[in-house]
Amino acid sequence: MAQITSLREAVSGLIQDGDTVALEGFTHLIPHAAGHEIVRQGKKDLTLVRMTPDLIYDQLIGMGCARKLIFSWGGNPGVGSLHRFRDAVENGWPHQLEIEEHSHSGMANAYVAGASNLPFALLRGYTGSDLPKVNPNIRFVECPFTGEKLAAIPSVRPDVTVIHAQKADRRGNVLLWGILGVQKEAVLAAKRAIVTVEEIVDALEAPANSCVLPRWAVSAVCHVPGGAYPSYAQGYTERDNRFYKAWDPVARSREGFTAWMERHVLGTEDFDGFRRVLAESQKETA
Amino acid sequence: MTTPASPTLDFTATEIMTVAASRLLRDDTVCFVGIGLPSTAANLARLTHAPDVVLIYESGPIGAKPTVLPLSIGDGELALTADTVVSTPEIFRYWLQGGRIDVGFLGAAQVDRFANINTTVIGAYDSPKVRLPGAGGAPEIASQAKEVFIVLKQSTKAFVGKLPFITSAGYLDGGDARERAGIPGKGPTAVITDLGIMTPDPVTRELTLTSVHPGVTVDQVREATGWDLKVSPDLKTTAAPEPQELAALRDLQARTAKAHGQSGGGEG
Repeated sequence: MAQITSLREAVSGLIQDGDTVALEGFTHLIPHAAGHEIVRQGKKDLTLVRMTPDLIYDQLIGMGCARKLIFSWGGNPGVGSLHRFRDAVENGWPHQLEIEEHSHSGMANAYVAGASNLPFALLRGYTGSDLPKVNPNIRFVECPFTGEKLAAIPSVRPDVTVIHAQKADRRGNVLLWGILGVQKEAVLAAKRAIVTVEEIVDALEAPANSCVLPRWAVSAVCHVPGGAYPSYAQGYTERDNRFYKAWDPVARSREGFTAWMERHVLGTEDFDGFRRVLAESQKETA
Repeated sequence: MTTPASPTLDFTATEIMTVAASRLLRDDTVCFVGIGLPSTAANLARLTHAPDVVLIYESGPIGAKPTVLPLSIGDGELALTADTVVSTPEIFRYWLQGGRIDVGFLGAAQVDRFANINTTVIGAYDSPKVRLPGAGGAPEIASQAKEVFIVLKQSTKAFVGKLPFITSAGYLDGGDARERAGIPGKGPTAVITDLGIMTPDPVTRELTLTSVHPGVTVDQVREATGWDLKVSPDLKTTAAPEPQELAALRDLQARTAKAHGQSGGGEG
């Protein structure tokens, strides 16, 4: 049952070292604030899952929080490479990162299978691709009815899923809209779920068929306005593309990255503190 | 803007690539669009000769009609202008795997002579020289769309004889290898670059230069290709962009630049 709580308490109480953690949001509603809190609390040995690892995963990987990454596309969307992710895979910095690599279709199906309490996902996929040669978790099975060959991959069953949404009500029911990605499936596939929201309202006033996650399917709801910054939160904020572009030079060097994380994340109390320090540093470089 | 295709021409190499790619998209087709060059070309088609083309993005928008190009696949502009927005699992399961996509419009880091695509690694997988972003939606788009267009800039780095990694299948080893592997879609029917257009030979499935863009020589295309590129005996010259095509493209990019402070999205 959802507790309305601070993000610090939610991360500290619900995410343990060694957990499998999925932070989802398909370049929209990315839970940046929650990612920062995971970094601040020094969580480690995490198996991080995400279809589209982008800046927040670059930060988690560069800060050494991840032991393994399960993903299907890793980049700075619209800008280029993720330099910390690349440094981990190409050079093992700050330590070796195990990767399990899929296609989007595979990952999306694996979340559906997880939410459906199935051990594996079944799809038409990966045919002709070299991905099955490097990922032993992509296998092929025969249809018991037609004999057709189909791809099978293990379900994604995170210990914890973290998402950002637009609204919750005071009881902890959550409403999100716009580009939904796999957020609903990721929450329902997980043992525990943390949702940061733009606002907490008296009534969701959700039309029928809306994407509502009932409070009994969520563990913690945290009021973090702007918690998806610098990504979009439809109806609230646009993507801050300057941040995405500025991230590229910051993340290129280990030293530059570490100094940036120390000042902006480790050196701040919470996401509001991060936004204040970021505004200062943006002024300095302007 | 990029360098002009030729000093005497009034359009750039990137513009002719985008226009040539957009022309291949027929009206009323259902097109699964990648961000970046494919999205620019597909929206240009929608704004010119194919007003009823249906654009589907992997993040969930179906029938998106963006006024400005999306910065990324999660851009609210795609959701706000779409006929409907569904979840990402639904996009891949019902709409792509369900067999409802006519054209998959993809970019690529590298292609080979059989139009296979690499977006995973350069070098060995376990110790890559360059770690690329990875597959995204491409493996299933490349296999399940009824046909595929690939758009990318041509260079020996991008057009390589043998890929270090096949992320998404084109014609595999050529001939009937794709059919034998049981891949349902027809495969890549055109690779459009800043220099010309390549299409697969009907029998060997090897990419063959069938059109060069105005001001480009065959030698230029061959020099920018990492294998001995075959040239069609019926080689054509791509028609230069019509004034209305160029105007629509430049308007779209100007609107996008005004909205985002840049010329449009990249991959992702």
